[in-house]
Amino acid sequence: MSMKFNTRQVDGITILDLSGRITLGDGSVTLRDAIRDLVNKGSKSILLNLGDISYIDSSGIGELVSGFTSVRNAGGELKLLNLTKKVHDLLQITKLYTVFDVKDDEASAVASFTK
Amino acid sequence: MRQFLADPTTGRLSFTLDSTLDSVNRIEHEAEQFAERAGLSEDEVPNIAMAVREAMVNAVLHGNAYDTEKKVTATFESNQDDITIRIADQGSGLNPETIPDPLAPENILRGSGRGIFLIRAFMDEVNFRQLHPGTELILIKHRHSGSKSDDATVQ
Repeated sequence: MSMKFNTRQVDGITILDLSGRITLGDGSVTLRDAIRDLVNKGSKSILLNLGDISYIDSSGIGELVSGFTSVRNAGGELKLLNLTKKVHDLLQITKLYTVFDVKDDEASAVASFTK
Repeated sequence: MRQFLADPTTGRLSFTLDSTLDSVNRIEHEAEQFAERAGLSEDEVPNIAMAVREAMVNAVLHGNAYDTEKKVTATFESNQDDITIRIADQGSGLNPETIPDPLAPENILRGSGRGIFLIRAFMDEVNFRQLHPGTELILIKHRHSGSKSDDATVQ
């Protein structure tokens, strides 16, 4: 199952609810395009909900990092919400857990963005 | 073109595949099944499958560059001590000494370059063998006490 996503707005924050696999090919390209579209439309506050991401490989991790830097370079913030244990462990192993702002509660995550 | 060989005596499986993402997904799935049959634990099986996926991506994307004329071979073997998975491409070769450390501060925000690191994180041994042409990655996972069975079987 490749990655799918839905976009919603909560208090001015753009939340992407992602599901499926973020892997080389469809999943990573879909994520890249989604973040690029949001940045091009001027979204500065993006929250990626990874709660339904079943699997991520090194390409998917790379897309998360690239999304993080592209949003930051545009003057915005990208944060992560609801990591599965697998994704959490991968971010720990790759020392990226402290690079990302990781949240486990949507309301507090939304409130944490710079308004 | 795909070729598949199974040796029922040794449990050795061998695949020759095109340089495509379908091949990556296929061998990842085969690795998961092989590790399960070999009696690896529930925690170890997905990690082995991920290591094999990363090795296949390396072979298909970086080694063979999706070249339709070049093949990837994947071989699975097990014995009472460990399981060994070999992934070989026909590319221009990979020098492991030149792979940047993805944990280094100057590399931590790079959008790529974590595949070999993850393979090393999830396997007990990772060896590189230069072919002519190409590179073979040899991934080894040692069996730990308490494994469900001693040998993988071909079903």
